[in-house]
Amino acid sequence: MTVLQRLHLDKPFFYGVLVLAALSLLILYSASAGEARVAVGQGLRFVAGFAVMLLVAQIPPHQLARWSLHVYLIGLVLLMLVLVVGASGKGAQRWIDLGLFSFQPSEIMKLAIPMALAGYLSRRTLPPQLPVVAVAGALILIPTLLIARQPDLGTAVLVMMAGLCTLFLAGMRWRVIITMLAAIAALIPMVWPYLHDYQKQRILTLFSPEADPLGAGYHIIQSMIAVGSGGLYGKGWLNSSQTHLEYLPESSTDFVFAVFAEEFGLIGILLMFAAYLFVVMRGFAIAFHAQDSYTRLLAGGLTLTFFLYFFVNIGMVTGILPVVGVPLPIISYGGSSLVTLMAAFGILMSIQTHRKILQA
Amino acid sequence: MLDIPLRDYFRETRVFTSRLAIAIVVVLLMTLALVARLVYLQIINHRHFATLSQENRIHPRPIPPVRGRIFDRNGLVLAENLPVFTLEIIPEQVADMSVLLERLAGIVQLRPRDIENFKKQLRRRPHFESLTLRTHLNDEEAARIAVNRPHLDGVELQARLQRHYPLGGLGVHAIGYVGRINESELRRIDQSAYRGTQHIGKLGVEQRYEDLLLGGVGIEKVETNAHGRALRTMARIAPDAGQNLYLNLDAGLQAIAEKALSGRRGAVIALEPATGNVLVFASMPTYDPNPFVNGIDPDSYRLLLEDPDKPLINRAINGQYAPGSTIKPFLALAAMQAVGFDPSQTVMCPGWFRLPGSRRRFRDWKKFGHKKVDLHEAIVQSCDVFFYTLAVNLGIDYMHDFLSSLGFGARTGIDMIGESKGLVPSREWKRARGEVWYRGETVVTGIGQGPVLITPLQLAVAVNTLANRGTRLKPRMLRSIEDPQTKVLQQIVLERIGEIKVTDTRHWDMLTASMIDVVHGKKGTARRIGWNASYKIAGKTGTAQVINQDETYDEKNTPEHLRDHALFIGFAPAEDPQIAVAVVVENGGHGSSAAAPIARELMDAYLLPREKITASLAQDATND
Repeated sequence: MTVLQRLHLDKPFFYGVLVLAALSLLILYSASAGEARVAVGQGLRFVAGFAVMLLVAQIPPHQLARWSLHVYLIGLVLLMLVLVVGASGKGAQRWIDLGLFSFQPSEIMKLAIPMALAGYLSRRTLPPQLPVVAVAGALILIPTLLIARQPDLGTAVLVMMAGLCTLFLAGMRWRVIITMLAAIAALIPMVWPYLHDYQKQRILTLFSPEADPLGAGYHIIQSMIAVGSGGLYGKGWLNSSQTHLEYLPESSTDFVFAVFAEEFGLIGILLMFAAYLFVVMRGFAIAFHAQDSYTRLLAGGLTLTFFLYFFVNIGMVTGILPVVGVPLPIISYGGSSLVTLMAAFGILMSIQTHRKILQA
Repeated sequence: MLDIPLRDYFRETRVFTSRLAIAIVVVLLMTLALVARLVYLQIINHRHFATLSQENRIHPRPIPPVRGRIFDRNGLVLAENLPVFTLEIIPEQVADMSVLLERLAGIVQLRPRDIENFKKQLRRRPHFESLTLRTHLNDEEAARIAVNRPHLDGVELQARLQRHYPLGGLGVHAIGYVGRINESELRRIDQSAYRGTQHIGKLGVEQRYEDLLLGGVGIEKVETNAHGRALRTMARIAPDAGQNLYLNLDAGLQAIAEKALSGRRGAVIALEPATGNVLVFASMPTYDPNPFVNGIDPDSYRLLLEDPDKPLINRAINGQYAPGSTIKPFLALAAMQAVGFDPSQTVMCPGWFRLPGSRRRFRDWKKFGHKKVDLHEAIVQSCDVFFYTLAVNLGIDYMHDFLSSLGFGARTGIDMIGESKGLVPSREWKRARGEVWYRGETVVTGIGQGPVLITPLQLAVAVNTLANRGTRLKPRMLRSIEDPQTKVLQQIVLERIGEIKVTDTRHWDMLTASMIDVVHGKKGTARRIGWNASYKIAGKTGTAQVINQDETYDEKNTPEHLRDHALFIGFAPAEDPQIAVAVVVENGGHGSSAAAPIARELMDAYLLPREKITASLAQDATND
């Protein structure tokens, strides 16, 4: 047994994540205009993140299955707590302050929903019957609404998507899926009047960023200029003029992809996409090889969710989705979401490495 | 038979695998969509974005619109915009702000307050907008900045338009002023409409018609060099200037009113009966609004706040006074509408009134009484005992309803913000406060004392209704709106808000006749202003008590701020009213001596051939 196997780490997955982490440090160094402080900070976060991954990978999947519901319930309680006592930043209550550090309970939900759903569904006959889908729907909807109340619409939608992905993989019937999509489409005009002004603004900005070029449309215009001016080959590392002349806001967090696109061009992007797709495909492979319903659904759900984060972030930076404040997984600067992500990878590795290999 | 659903593990695996395959296809398709988008941005439109990136030295900058000007009815300028040099900073282009501020302090005079204001703006700035550090640079300072500019990155010298009120404090409570946008306004306004604009209407017409005056912001795209210094303008969307406003106010009359009231506290309102147009809107004392435009310094502001005469209060709409005897014509009208009332009935006035079964005496202002008086004489001589009797007979609820129908106790709806409501008491009102109504309160309501409160504007609107024989009109500040480009005037139409219906139209004649005799009759309380008038005035004096008075009240020995308020209402010419006036002089003593002459002066100025009042006023302003 190799060292990695003994540590319950999956070799291809581990290397894939390592490549993305290296890309992160590279681009953050440039995005922070050559300030080592940001890259070093992110490096330390990676160390912590890998530690969490390692820790989670040691937990056997059947243990995770047993904890699924508890994790979900704890997450739910914390979500309610945050609405009552949470600290607010930028007009939204998302954080619980624990003195030493603060965290967002919605992060827990990113893991808890696929876990709870996989746990619940794997105990029923699959494909799920309508009543089972209904219960699963409630499991998804309650935390989604709580997060939307904070208000954090972006995370709410992503958390919901995580649940729906799991349901989809479990074999939910097509006509139920289509009905659900139709219902969501019908709900949009009804929800619209309840959105906050800034949320409406962001969605409207998507359709006409030129309406208020100095205000709401500013981010997206500058971001598109950065991406587009990168061209095929890019301007080269540390040469992003959009960033260094400080036109691009949030250049090391949500909009880090724009910096990457400007400096490395389409070719660099394709290589980066390849790294992401490699990780995603390895996740799917783990799901494919998994030996029972629970691990299968969990691995598949987590992987699909990871991909969605990637898709939504890049969609937003390139101006095809509204600016919803979703970081680019692994690469964006920031702690809270990185830890969640690494824990999810830990789960995937645990699923892969705790399989009982039948010897012929 | 077994009814347990058997788990078909093979089927589950097959379903999962097919779903996984679909997921992989979807993932690939979505990635492809992203790649397509990136190809669109980076290959197809690369040239476009590359140019934009190159030209990102080109900043979009807001051009604030020119605020609409405000004129009086004759076209005299009340609020205008004058060019001043301002020192502005674009924070993005400053390497070290504290070093820069230090250097600037060596070139021009910077007060600590300027720096404090600047830092306040700095915290809530939008991107690439210049912030004002100082205004009103003199020529020498401007020249010094211009010379040193190569060493001052991010600093700009701008000729900006600054609000100016050429007549100073004249009509300040009507016109209001603009000032810097504060935190709470910032949250309320549509910020995209205020880019480049740092001022907002704070009071009066400036506040009420902010939306018309503001105009639309323009954008210019300015190319800057590596230091962010503007080199040339690439494109320009011109701002839309704000609308010019013509007010109904007559600055000449306003000046006469303020002069007549000078040294006193009080308010004068004059309306045009046929339209409800506000000719005079005076609240004294006034103050100069010009220092407020860029933030008045705290010391001067404290002086204004602590001034015992309270110049900042808009007495015309926020001063609430007991109407005193000016309420009598309205109650007389109320009585005439009551069933069974006979105007020729007389009341014996011995100089005091007593409710049956009570020992308390309500005194008449005339110690030994007016003897036998009917309604006409009671108004002319302002007999209190008659109106005590009348009030008791009408009852508080009837009086409340009638006074309310005249607009007392409610906002007049004038186009100003923050009008007070006044108060018409009723049993209901006291019950809501958990108190009981006393009969004595009904008695004193008859002479406009007790809890009843009116604003000078309400009084003016009510007397205007008398002049109009019942037609109630909304008082209007705004006369017309002028489009600054086309110069097309949009007139504001008059607005009826109600009609006082009388049972017999002769009631109007009787009431007017009584009010004429107040001014022109031998025993009229305002005969002092009537004997030499060349036209007929219908009026009524009023004297409202500030403190509870007994027989020892002696005006000369009472401190000024406890003396009676003096009031007068009237309209002229009585047979064809052109002007309706309400005057309140705080602690003025008697309505006949302190308030009525002011009304007469206004009426003279308005009705008699005009001396060139307006012209001389403009002369005064330029001499300042």
